[in-house]
Amino acid sequence: MIFDLIIYMFIGIGIFFNVLAGIGLLRFPDVYTRLHAGTKCTTFGSIFLIGSVVLIGLKMWWENDTNGSVLAIHSAIALIAILLTNPVGAHAIARAAHRSGVEPANAVIDELKEKPMKKTKKKTTRNKEKNEEQTGGD
Amino acid sequence: MGTEDNRMIDINSTYMFVVIALALCIVLALIRVIRGPTAPDRVVGVDTINTMVIVAMVAFGTAYREVIYIDVAIVYALLSFISTLFIAKYLEGGEF
Repeated sequence: MIFDLIIYMFIGIGIFFNVLAGIGLLRFPDVYTRLHAGTKCTTFGSIFLIGSVVLIGLKMWWENDTNGSVLAIHSAIALIAILLTNPVGAHAIARAAHRSGVEPANAVIDELKEKPMKKTKKKTTRNKEKNEEQTGGD
Repeated sequence: MGTEDNRMIDINSTYMFVVIALALCIVLALIRVIRGPTAPDRVVGVDTINTMVIVAMVAFGTAYREVIYIDVAIVYALLSFISTLFIAKYLEGGEF
């Protein structure tokens, strides 16, 4: 049946991209490229793996099995949670890595470093205040 | 066997294979968590492991036809997102 063939194709694509994510995490030289591999590939693979579960739930629902609707809807909610939270987490990690001073490998120029940031400004003013307090106390 | 079995795929063994393949991917990501040179490397590995564990929970619930595992996967997705945000905030060095 062509429905089962579609389900097997979805499972194959999903496992292939998850394995690519694992290999990319091991082989890439840098935090940012590892983030690129580990986030995008797992998101794309999980779309297809959970999509196959949703298709199985719809098929069970079509065959008058009441568990099928619950399976499909809850899997779709889990997929939506992954799709909403994964890019936001990746962006937060990348920003934290850049602000904590991790350099990209083989990078010639870092244009983000030239822009002033709020955090560094706050830190410098606070250090200045501390220094002034210390000198004033002395 | 025969024509009646032809229309049903074997859900149990298929999705157990998916869970085993995802476990191998988790082992690959765990190597990066153990030997990552900097702290953001380890956070990237933990984030990847979280996503794979969510998908493995959904596949496991499908294999044994238990919908409660998928509910656990939804809650795990949201909690791992919040923990990732807090670790990133900690690495950034600002105040909370």
